[in-house]
Amino acid sequence: MEIRPILSAMLRNKTGAILIALQIALTLAIVCNAVFIIHDRITQMARNSGMDVENMIVVSMSAYKPEYNADNAVKTDLDVLRGMPGVVDASYSQSIPLSGGGWSDSATDHADPHPKASTPMGVFHMDEHGLNTLGVKLVEGRDFSHEEVGYIDQDKYTTPKLAIVTKAFGEKVWPGQDALGKTFYEGTDGVTVIGVVDTMEGSWPHWPGFERNIIFPTVLEGSYFRILVRTLPGQRDAVLKQMEQKLTDAHTGNFVLHARPLTYYRDHTNSGDHAMTVMLSLVTALILGITALGIVGLASFSVRQRTRQIGTRRALGAKRGDIVRYFVTENWLITTMGVVLGSVFAVALNYWLVQLYDLPHIAWYYIPVGIVSLWVLGLLAVLGPALKAAAIPPAIATRNV
Amino acid sequence: MFLYNLRLALLSLKRDPVLTALMIGAVAIGIGMSTTTLAVYHSMSTNPIEYKNDQLYAVQLDSWGANQPYDTDGRPPTQVTYRDGQALMKAARAPHQNLSFVSSLTLTTDKPDMKPELLDIRVTYNDFFSMFDVPFEYGGPWGKDADQDAQQVVVLDQEMNEKLFGGANSVGKEILLDNRRFRIVGVLKKWAPSPKFYDLENDSFGDPEDAFIPFNLVTSMQLHSSGNNSCWGPPPPDVSFESYLNSECVWLQFWAELPTTAARDDYHQFLDNYVNDQKKLGRFPRPLDNRLHTVSEWLAYNHVVSKDSEALVGLSFMFLAVCMLNTIGLILAKFLRRSGEIGLRRAVGASKRVLFYQYLVETGVIGVSGGLLGILLGWLGLIGVRNLLQGSDHYARMDWTMIGVSLLLAILASMLAGLYPAWRVVRIPPAIYLKVQ
Repeated sequence: MEIRPILSAMLRNKTGAILIALQIALTLAIVCNAVFIIHDRITQMARNSGMDVENMIVVSMSAYKPEYNADNAVKTDLDVLRGMPGVVDASYSQSIPLSGGGWSDSATDHADPHPKASTPMGVFHMDEHGLNTLGVKLVEGRDFSHEEVGYIDQDKYTTPKLAIVTKAFGEKVWPGQDALGKTFYEGTDGVTVIGVVDTMEGSWPHWPGFERNIIFPTVLEGSYFRILVRTLPGQRDAVLKQMEQKLTDAHTGNFVLHARPLTYYRDHTNSGDHAMTVMLSLVTALILGITALGIVGLASFSVRQRTRQIGTRRALGAKRGDIVRYFVTENWLITTMGVVLGSVFAVALNYWLVQLYDLPHIAWYYIPVGIVSLWVLGLLAVLGPALKAAAIPPAIATRNV
Repeated sequence: MFLYNLRLALLSLKRDPVLTALMIGAVAIGIGMSTTTLAVYHSMSTNPIEYKNDQLYAVQLDSWGANQPYDTDGRPPTQVTYRDGQALMKAARAPHQNLSFVSSLTLTTDKPDMKPELLDIRVTYNDFFSMFDVPFEYGGPWGKDADQDAQQVVVLDQEMNEKLFGGANSVGKEILLDNRRFRIVGVLKKWAPSPKFYDLENDSFGDPEDAFIPFNLVTSMQLHSSGNNSCWGPPPPDVSFESYLNSECVWLQFWAELPTTAARDDYHQFLDNYVNDQKKLGRFPRPLDNRLHTVSEWLAYNHVVSKDSEALVGLSFMFLAVCMLNTIGLILAKFLRRSGEIGLRRAVGASKRVLFYQYLVETGVIGVSGGLLGILLGWLGLIGVRNLLQGSDHYARMDWTMIGVSLLLAILASMLAGLYPAWRVVRIPPAIYLKVQ
């Protein structure tokens, strides 16, 4: 294909070509980075939590009667919930997984009141039904026994002696060693690991240490407490409906503050990421649409402007394919200029975003994939006007336009 | 002349409806997108108490442990301990100062149809109301004596008064909080500073608390913070509430009102002296690092504006640039197509200025209609954001400033877009275009 004549024709009308090239450059920069961020957020939202999130309910209870007896309240309510049809299991839980709020502490592998470096982790307090309620997988050791669970007043809290930890916690505190049977310390309080569970996403999905969690066999009694309930698949909403009446009938001096699916808390935590992916998807779709329409518009103009030339070329023996090829090549040249400049823009924009967020740098393959996509987009956009140009009959050249 | 040009512009735009729709649509979508993101950014970065900005100071004391700083980047805690907060209140070295935190108490009523309810309560000294200019509908703040004697008095916010008393004057009536009788001394007017600058620890864009009670009830009612509570230090000798109050846990917000820069410097000196005295007692093991922040500094320090919002503003302005390049290209092509007409008009005596003005009016029409449509899209966009992003009701909104800004943006952008094509096209030497192509 003769590029020289196309280039010289383009140089006679630089502005149109420059405008399209700039548009494509900015489009490439925005689309690459937007898709990169979307991918990053979706990956985070879709990762395996290790828990049966879809079938869980969080019940928050609060006391209001002066004669309220915290001792019995948790036990009575747990008995009521465990006896309901459709319920797999229920456990006291001080923290709500994935909710963005919870209890954290830090641990070391030796006793030290003022440790220099320690491992921060999420802390859960549950009873012996905890693992089964969460649906996490025990890979080593054992679960808590009924006798090991301590019921204590929440104002008289001391660090428990036993814990079940996640694999990720063990690997961080004792790298390369088996966590089972080891003792970790919160300050000077020693805690023995009796079980190790597989993946369990903690309370803060946005925290890099989200997988490091420990579970204590403790129920903290007070005027306010929470219970986690796991239901059979598909029965969550039915259980949720009956739950409040059942608990009110139990008359334990406390009332249901709210009972909500665990997905409510998860979606609340993820709402910013979800909104960001929707906004960025919209930006991506619109910008591709506008750029494509811009190419169609300008190509149509240049076809109309060159009607006589095209007619002349056709009269002198150029085939329809030659005309189509002319416009496609011209567009390809412009797009290529755009994507070359756009690669630089994309990297610059990514640099700014990396400064702004704790985002990793864009993966290199986003740029070539983006370039190919814009080539295809440009080709599709120019095809219509180019075919119209090819349809111009040679006779037109003899007429005045 | 303007009306004549306007008529010409409308005629020209009507001749090419698809192209006109494309141009206006591109401007509208670009403006709509940037208006949406800018409105969110604008209201997130609002200072709700701008007029008192350099009189109110958030106080930070570095009471944290020797081995690692409170924040990974070495910054001191954003809240204070009970010991230090009470000591600063007792010293009363500023004309006004306030210590407070958020707690939860159960409200019960005699109404059989009303379930007990957990309320968010701000536990605070009475200077809170005057320092932060909190408006009252009925009654007023409690007095100094109520602070000293830890009286069971309460100020209700407007919504709670509406719910409990149908909005009537409830001053003097009583409510039950955690089974204790509280006498109502005041009811607020609608008050919802956004961001909630006085407590950024716990949901910066949340609603203010439902009710307010005197700070010194902390000890008799054993009130805990229902918000952020961070601790370091050796374990307390026992697990009593007293030893919790004496611990190094930070959970309180302390503010000082300092009317002049001299007062601010004096107060800073006072804080340094206080901490140095405490160091002699073996507390405050870290290097001296006390900080005072004005409200706007405090909002910036706590990153109230989300980074997503910043990124979206950047991206949407690039997006707007693409839309404008698109429109420039289309306008230019359209004007150039009329080169013959322009050449003819120039030849018969129309000056460059007249023609330039005419084409600028045409692009102005595109800009204004695109801009108006863009503001409508921006408004729809904000409804979308409020639905998508939970808790964004307070800031995903458009105020008059934003409407003005986006209209200005639309006109400016399309004028800039029209300027080059209009300039280009009137520079065409008439002779060429009078010849046959």
